[in-house]
Amino acid sequence: MSEIVLETRDIVRDYHIGGGLFRQGRTVHAVKGVSFKLEKGKTLAIVGESGCGKSTLARMITMIDAPTAGELFIDGEKVDIVRQGLTPELRRKVQIVFQNPYGSLNPRQKIGDVLMEPLIINSNIPASERRERAMRMLKKVGLAPEHFNRYPHMFSGGQRQRIAIARALMLNPRLLVLDEPVSALDLSVQAQVLNLLADLQDEFGLTFVFISHDLSVVRYIADEVMVMYFGEAVEYGTRDEVFSNPQHDYTKTLFAATPRADVESIRARLARKAA
Amino acid sequence: MSLLEIENLTVEFDTAGGKLRAVDGISLSVEEGEVLAVVGESGSGKSVSMLAVMGLLPWTATVTADRLAFQGRDILNLSPAERRRIVGKDIAMIFQEPIASLNPCFTVGFQIEETLHQHTDLDRAARHRRAIELLKSVGIPEPEDRLGAFPHQMSGGQCQRVMIAIALACGPKLLIADEPTTALDVTIQKQILDLLMDLQAKTGMGMILITHDMGVVAETADRVVVQYMGRKMEEADVLSLFEKPKSAYTRALLSALPENAVGDRLPTVSDFALDDTPYTGART
Repeated sequence: MSEIVLETRDIVRDYHIGGGLFRQGRTVHAVKGVSFKLEKGKTLAIVGESGCGKSTLARMITMIDAPTAGELFIDGEKVDIVRQGLTPELRRKVQIVFQNPYGSLNPRQKIGDVLMEPLIINSNIPASERRERAMRMLKKVGLAPEHFNRYPHMFSGGQRQRIAIARALMLNPRLLVLDEPVSALDLSVQAQVLNLLADLQDEFGLTFVFISHDLSVVRYIADEVMVMYFGEAVEYGTRDEVFSNPQHDYTKTLFAATPRADVESIRARLARKAA
Repeated sequence: MSLLEIENLTVEFDTAGGKLRAVDGISLSVEEGEVLAVVGESGSGKSVSMLAVMGLLPWTATVTADRLAFQGRDILNLSPAERRRIVGKDIAMIFQEPIASLNPCFTVGFQIEETLHQHTDLDRAARHRRAIELLKSVGIPEPEDRLGAFPHQMSGGQCQRVMIAIALACGPKLLIADEPTTALDVTIQKQILDLLMDLQAKTGMGMILITHDMGVVAETADRVVVQYMGRKMEEADVLSLFEKPKSAYTRALLSALPENAVGDRLPTVSDFALDDTPYTGART
């Protein structure tokens, strides 16, 4: 029997844009009632265009923002950060990797300190062991011990994303939220990072929420897919269901817009052009 | 005569750690009405070689070439004033970050008309009319009103459309698009690519499309140049490149596409022995 790691029930988030002297305030409904369940070791991909609320959803799952309405369950327990606050235990369970590895690392912090910081804040592990764990994690994500004392600017984009992933894994999370982790990376580096994620998922039994707008990546990595459009989940199902039989018009538009790199479609295009 | 001919182009940067050769003997040519895609990873020198053509590199760069000619005319040793007459008029460029490449302090109308002012002798009213016409041709609704908008009031896709309008303002013969859709969503990417291809077909201009996305190449290009570490690995027409890639690097790139995945891990470029043209260290 597989356990449910993450569940949301009709989760809603509104943002209030303050009015000024001459302007009335208004409310933006960023996420309008999204529900899903995610089992341990599975990957849920959330797809949608910019502004559709997928990052807002990620912020709620990661407990950075509190939902306006609706319920969030992590490991079957109800989480309410407004009333009960956020315990180090909860922080340990859910971690996030952001899109831009150039922006998410402090340029004045050495890699070793980047990796040890979550332990300092959320645990009382002694310094020597913190160091050892950081070293182990460096090797696990494909970096070397000599990178420990270097600064972020000395690394390439792919290496930085590995560091961001390593930092997220330092606390042994149950759930990892990946907010467009490969969209700033080149094709070949993207393949390396995706492989790393798959390896780590197997090794630690991690559950992923994977946010992306690249359908070819989603098709490769996801078990379940949710398509969001203007704050609503317009499509939700297993990967094969969604890809073989999309129901909503927006999903169909998305599929049609994805560039195809197979020989037949190139031939068809060249034939169209010649005509 | 080709529109643009590049023979044995080399670009070196002076850095604190010695000279860095970013582009190492690239040759390519573009015909009129042709779409050439230049593909490679970041650091492969694809943008730098095009910036060298435009003369937009910083002073630390040394550009050498056996031949660098636009419409048969040498553009390597132009004086800055002569270069300014060509760049922006006959050769135009679109950059990756649409929001960053527009000036936030001026309205988009001003920025379009600025190009026209620089390169044509249209009067103010004619420039205004032309700007409206351009915005309409790149598919921005209510162009009369949008001329007064500032870049931050527009979305990324709309800013890229404005950039395209600026690039096309003087009817260029060659358009260089440097990753025009990398910062955009798939649906917007599709719109922008369709727009570019449509305008290209209408005007018959030559186009160089720099990208790292094999999907974009498959959807747009006539001919493809694959670059790696500042060198040309392969040149082929688009169909034969995808059907029978000759170089190991191209094969590696194609198999790293997630949709080509077999099994549960993706092959990466380092899994392939790059037997042809080994990289011998460009740092000299």
